[in-house]
Amino acid sequence: MTRMTDLPDNVVITKLDALVNWCRKNSLWPMPFATACCGIELMATGASRHDIARFGAEVFRFSPRQCDLMIVAGRVVMKMMPVLQRIWLQMHEPKWCISMGACASTGGVFDTYAVVQGIDRFIPVDMYVPGCPPRPEQLLQAIIDLQEKIQREGSAWGKDVERRPHQPPRALLADPKNPRLLVAGPPIFAQDEAANKWDTGKRGESPDS
Amino acid sequence: MVSSETIQAIQARFPSAEITEFRKQFRVCVPREIVHDVLRFLKDECGFTLIIDITCVDYLYYPKAKDRFGVVYIVGRPENADRLIVKTFVNDPEPTLPTVTDLWEGARWLEREVWDMFGIRFEGHANLRRILLPEDFQDHPLRKDYPLQGRGERHNIPVVTRDLG
Repeated sequence: MTRMTDLPDNVVITKLDALVNWCRKNSLWPMPFATACCGIELMATGASRHDIARFGAEVFRFSPRQCDLMIVAGRVVMKMMPVLQRIWLQMHEPKWCISMGACASTGGVFDTYAVVQGIDRFIPVDMYVPGCPPRPEQLLQAIIDLQEKIQREGSAWGKDVERRPHQPPRALLADPKNPRLLVAGPPIFAQDEAANKWDTGKRGESPDS
Repeated sequence: MVSSETIQAIQARFPSAEITEFRKQFRVCVPREIVHDVLRFLKDECGFTLIIDITCVDYLYYPKAKDRFGVVYIVGRPENADRLIVKTFVNDPEPTLPTVTDLWEGARWLEREVWDMFGIRFEGHANLRRILLPEDFQDHPLRKDYPLQGRGERHNIPVVTRDLG
């Protein structure tokens, strides 16, 4: 029987999952969803000085079908949210999402009727980048942290997707008594399964109307 | 600057118009019944062939305001770059004005925007529906009695979870 110590030096033994994750994390293809000034920092991150290619994520593609990392850079308004959701659903698994900047993460200073107060209310987010706008170094740090997460969590055959606990989005956990959230009563999405699907074109009634 | 002959012609034709001047800019305030006639006169007989903007002001919390909405038409005369402001007032409920799309085709989107944001209905407009906000939006958000943070409309979007995609 061959023992590990008998193997030549150029043979490495690892788990297949770890190998697949290592490949995935070092070849992230970002989908730039840049709607505001964060997009400028995103471009700077991709340019030569900060050089996102050092982390294997330099291949920006504007087609969601070719990407596995969505970077939402900038504020997202109500009318843009279905577009963002459609792009997210068009991306293949495994896929990840970085919410870049204060506006994408929380709405930032734009607490108005039209601006979504954090994209994580409506799509899943893996990594948040603070800042207004964040420095390119902060985005790079988010990519490094995301790489760690990918190495830790993924699996070759997608068992992690099956095992993934269903976490209700933040909007469903909203405290109805909190006046800042402006949600009267339980959110409509939890009750109506059909309204939960993005492609039905059906929207719920406004809680106040 | 609009010539004094033009101003006098407007005043002579429409005695009820209140014409004021501020820093060589003229503003014509007219009752809502004759605003279409005034604009037709300006276009056909005074050469104001360009509609520059249509917008609206909500005077809800103004202490001295007599009417709620002021609808502002800005018309231009391309020959000598004149601009003239025509203003009229409408009130709740159902603030309504005649459309000016029969005079200027370019007023279509401008009137749709005023409808979208302020809820002023333009009678005779061929396609008066929302232009900027989602079609199922319930309110007119630039009205002053509308809360800054909205009424929960932005929470009405379906949620996409990891399970879905």
